[in-house]
Amino acid sequence: MRAGSHILIRSLDRGAAVFLIAVGAIAIVVPLLNLALPNSSFIHVSTYLVTLLGKYACYAILALSIDLIWGYCGILSLGHGAFFALGGYAMGMYLMRQIGSRGVYADPILPDFMVFLNWKELPVYWYGFQHFPYAALMIVAVPGVLAFVFGWFAFRSRVSGVYLSIITQALTYALMLGFFRNNFGFGGNNGLTDFKDILGFDVRSEATRDALFVVSCLALMLGFLVCRVIVGSKLGKVLVAIRDAEARTRFLGYRVESYKLFVFTLSACMAGIAGALYVPQVGIINPSEFAPGNSIEAVIWVAVGGRGTLAGAALGAVLVNYAKTTFTSGMLAPYWLFMLGGLFIGVTLLLPRGIVGTLQHWTAGKRNRASAAAEEGVSELAAAE
Amino acid sequence: MNSPTSTLLYLDGVTVSFDGFRALNSLSLLIEPGEMRAIIGPNGAGKTTMMDVVTGKTRPESGDVVFDNAHDLTRLDETEIAALGIGRKFQKPTVFDSHTVFDNLGLALKSDRRARAALWHRQTAEERHCIDDILRTVRLSAVRDRLAGSLSHGQKQWLEIGMLLAQDPKLLLIDEPAAGMTDAETRQTAELLKEIQREHTVVVVEHDMSFVRDLNVKVTCLHEGAVLAEGTIDQVSANERVVEVYLGR
Repeated sequence: MRAGSHILIRSLDRGAAVFLIAVGAIAIVVPLLNLALPNSSFIHVSTYLVTLLGKYACYAILALSIDLIWGYCGILSLGHGAFFALGGYAMGMYLMRQIGSRGVYADPILPDFMVFLNWKELPVYWYGFQHFPYAALMIVAVPGVLAFVFGWFAFRSRVSGVYLSIITQALTYALMLGFFRNNFGFGGNNGLTDFKDILGFDVRSEATRDALFVVSCLALMLGFLVCRVIVGSKLGKVLVAIRDAEARTRFLGYRVESYKLFVFTLSACMAGIAGALYVPQVGIINPSEFAPGNSIEAVIWVAVGGRGTLAGAALGAVLVNYAKTTFTSGMLAPYWLFMLGGLFIGVTLLLPRGIVGTLQHWTAGKRNRASAAAEEGVSELAAAE
Repeated sequence: MNSPTSTLLYLDGVTVSFDGFRALNSLSLLIEPGEMRAIIGPNGAGKTTMMDVVTGKTRPESGDVVFDNAHDLTRLDETEIAALGIGRKFQKPTVFDSHTVFDNLGLALKSDRRARAALWHRQTAEERHCIDDILRTVRLSAVRDRLAGSLSHGQKQWLEIGMLLAQDPKLLLIDEPAAGMTDAETRQTAELLKEIQREHTVVVVEHDMSFVRDLNVKVTCLHEGAVLAEGTIDQVSANERVVEVYLGR
């Protein structure tokens, strides 16, 4: 217990507290403004906006998971969308089983797409998904196990840098091609949709939307806290050491691949949870979630917000997606990808530390100048002696 | 004196080739516990390759590499070898740029290296004390809270030596500690190494002959992957073949 409290305390600096309080406040205020106020009220928050913010919260969790491995350990995964989508599919499978006989073909067991494909029985890997605890386990376990196996081979053979990034792209692309196939058993290119209930509540009702939003915010806070505890610990320092000088870390006796494997697997589990919360809010999961471009976009969020800052990654996810929502719904829609690309180039050239990273650098710069002055004073004293 | 029971590091007939080039050619070398040995030799003599073999970075094609009479180093990887108590300093100073000097030493400090232990680790007063001692030894107390990336080249070299000390290895392999240093820094480094030798066995690879002279220890001269001469610095530098190799015919 004592060990538990000390790592919690050292991981909470002022910035972290501000982040947690801000997310917590949003999690309380937004649903209140949605439910308690009449639609006509000036500050009423529409259910559409609640769901949109809930989506952003899920993206923010995905960004955190990428920042943990990229910002702190230097592992640039360009395939994290795959873990997000796998978590989403696990949730989608649970939601499909909840439809029961209310589907178009009214089959009590088989989801509509299976009836349509003339399948007679449920594939074995769909067993158990009608139970939420089992589905919840799979949401974490499937991305986690895939990341563990992938990482085990990649890190043990010391694949790193660009090569690792490329094979993560290949991983998500291969999964996309697989999930597009009808005989894979996940609804082919239509994916899983037409959800009705989650834990007995109507997924489309206002109250459920608000609840999902709150749960997404709580998951974001929890994910942030877990990341803070890790980067604040000695383990976090070893991760940064690996990023800075991998060979040196190895010659100091640290088993670099174990550290990478741990953090990569944890990150994949977080991405899976983000995907699982995303699916009931958007109402669909299909293979396009595996598209390599999605994973790259998520890396851009982290770069814009500031890698190695956690809060910056979450902020970047929200800002870039807000821009995306704004620009893709207007007359600028055809140019969105150009803007995104321009944003990435612009941030890399002009703001290499990202938004939060630059702010931190400024404040740290002020402190450093002060301490450097003090240090000079000390050495002058030493010289005088 | 070279009875096998008092050998800390034993290399026998070690051969390594890269694309047909023999970096080490049946190299044999004995290091006794507590000694400091300077290894010299022209470029391409195999000095760094020898360190790569001992630390597990390169696997030899043939030959024995035995540590402490018990451990066959050719079968172990870098992490396992480091855990046995062999520390290494690179030619180019390699420290953790975005950590403070203090944290660099904290990471190097002897400890349980497993991820789980690192997650729950809590720095003790004893550890902080130990780091402070090392800071004094390597003359970096004044910059303890600075990021390692902002240190001068010489300070980085010392920090890396300090990290080796923090590991508390039985054997320290130090690759060109005086490279890129001023004369004053070079002299201080020689003193530092002598201080370290009181409690550790040290192998130093160096180009700088005046530095080796300052160390005043047994010298081994390598050439084309094998031992050319061994003895005191005066003996070695008087050796005709050594002169030939260094100066050319």
